[in-house]
Amino acid sequence: MDIFFQQVINGLVLGSVYALVALGYTMVYGILGLINFAHGEVVMVGAMVALATVAYLFGYFPEMNPIVMVLIAATTSVISCMVLSYFIERLAYRPLRKAPRLAPLITAIGISILLQNLAMIIWGRQYKTVPKIFSFETREFLGANITDLQIFIIVLSAILMTLLLLIVNYSKLGRAMRATSESQRIAGLLGVNINKIISFTFVIGAGLGAVAGILVAANYSVAHYSMGFMLGLKAFTAAVLGGIGNLGGAVLGGLLLGLIESIGAGYIGDITGGFLGSHYQDVFAFLVLIIVLVFRPTGIMGERISERA
Amino acid sequence: MSYLSVESLGVSYGAIKAARGVSLSIKEGETVALIGSNGAGKSSTLNAIAGLIGHTGKVGFDGIDMSSFPVHKRAAKGLALVPEGRGILGRLTVDENLRMGAYLRVDRKSIAVDLLRIYELFPRLRERRGQTGGTLSGGEQQMLAIGRALMASPKLLLLDEPSMGLAPLMVEKIFEVIREISSSGVTIFLVEQNARLALESSNRAYVMESGELTMEGDSQELLRSSKVRESYLGELNS
Ligand SMILES: Nc1ncnc2c1ncn2[C@@H]1O[C@H](COP(=O)(O)OP(=O)(O)OP(=O)(O)O)[C@@H](O)[C@H]1O
Ligand SMILES: [Mg+2]
Repeated sequence: MDIFFQQVINGLVLGSVYALVALGYTMVYGILGLINFAHGEVVMVGAMVALATVAYLFGYFPEMNPIVMVLIAATTSVISCMVLSYFIERLAYRPLRKAPRLAPLITAIGISILLQNLAMIIWGRQYKTVPKIFSFETREFLGANITDLQIFIIVLSAILMTLLLLIVNYSKLGRAMRATSESQRIAGLLGVNINKIISFTFVIGAGLGAVAGILVAANYSVAHYSMGFMLGLKAFTAAVLGGIGNLGGAVLGGLLLGLIESIGAGYIGDITGGFLGSHYQDVFAFLVLIIVLVFRPTGIMGERISERA
Repeated sequence: MSYLSVESLGVSYGAIKAARGVSLSIKEGETVALIGSNGAGKSSTLNAIAGLIGHTGKVGFDGIDMSSFPVHKRAAKGLALVPEGRGILGRLTVDENLRMGAYLRVDRKSIAVDLLRIYELFPRLRERRGQTGGTLSGGEQQMLAIGRALMASPKLLLLDEPSMGLAPLMVEKIFEVIREISSSGVTIFLVEQNARLALESSNRAYVMESGELTMEGDSQELLRSSKVRESYLGELNS
């Protein structure tokens, strides 16, 4: 088996998920200049709700077609996250829109902690395992193994991200989003209801986040109330790497970070002469974050941070 | 009956009162100018009418009290402002800026027709249609700002210093367009530093001094008034 190519595949799978989550960070940042640290927790809620729904359906309707089951669970999860995110913006961020930038940032962290604790109360402290309703084929591809689930993750993420980019760049709604992100004042003058656009941005980001949460839970067959923290931090890193505020950058940053982590983890033993093992994978994300922040704070595709700071 | 009616409008920035007790009215189809020296409160008045900044007092338009309306709702009622500084969306293309002007309209066909009309009016914009707004020259941005406001097919067009920073030839061109817009039936409220130009291209005018309206009248008459000639037309002995 080709280790390098195997890590590339793993990296793309991981990176697709990071990219989906990073889009949520970057869209909100682009429009409000706010780093929505609660976003990682929304992703966690997405995973938990989907899992709970599947477990419920599996328990009460064991005869149900697993595809239908997953569709119901995914829909429930996506809608829950959208509603949750809508209210987070509405109740927590909107009143602070004119406040100093630190206020909404601290609020975001507060919400993040609140959501984690609520999730712990609702779903418990233990790791929740995904019921085995599917069995996935593993295929050989250029000397590496790839499961149908992994293919599904990559393809679905690619479709969703393409859709989002098309909407933002070519639809009337997307044009209004870009106008709002550039100047709320001028967009309002042209008749754009700024609040609606901002709500929409949060809701779309949350939808993508929910999907990402479901995919991660499916991929690792496990979910936990604290999973949003690390995932969120890494996706944020990906957004910064690509250039926060830039949608294409978030996709690129996500995929790159996934690749760096997974290839790094594959070789970290060799690099350190066996001193560090692959469980040090997380180190790479933060190494990347620090390097980017020091040497190119605007990220690969961004020019906005300097403008806004 | 007045189309736009402003009653004791007030605007303040903290302790600074930029406009006080401003009452004015504009009839449908009129072109009305607002002149005054720097810092008189002209932009503040216009921005308040458009809903861009908060204000006290009443702003009524087409029989509706809009005083409590946020900016996008006032736009929906048919107001379009070309703000001071033009307000071009620098990261959107010329074409996208123009289409944003028609954001509240739904009839795709008539939007397409109007877009062609704007490009005919300003051929320069057609040449630059794929370029981002931020890369345009000042004059081109002014054309874009006016074109974008027209794309809303507004009932009342508020213009804040359309001649600012433009070469004389361009100023002429812009005012030609403004007269054309006016003769097509659009009501216009025009703030202009160039008092002569403003008075020559309007039916009526108001004069503003340190936040208050001090004169009002027929533009032709104001052009002849000695007070206006002294203070705003730079004619000391006449
Ligand atoms: N955002 C603001 N904050 C504080 N003061 C302001 C602000 N905007 C305007 N002002 C003040 O309000 C007063 C009126 O300003 P305004 O822009 O309405 O004048 P103007 O008549 O349009 O002047 P000009 O002809 O120079 O454009 C000025 O004294 C100005 O300094
Ligand atoms: Mg002004």
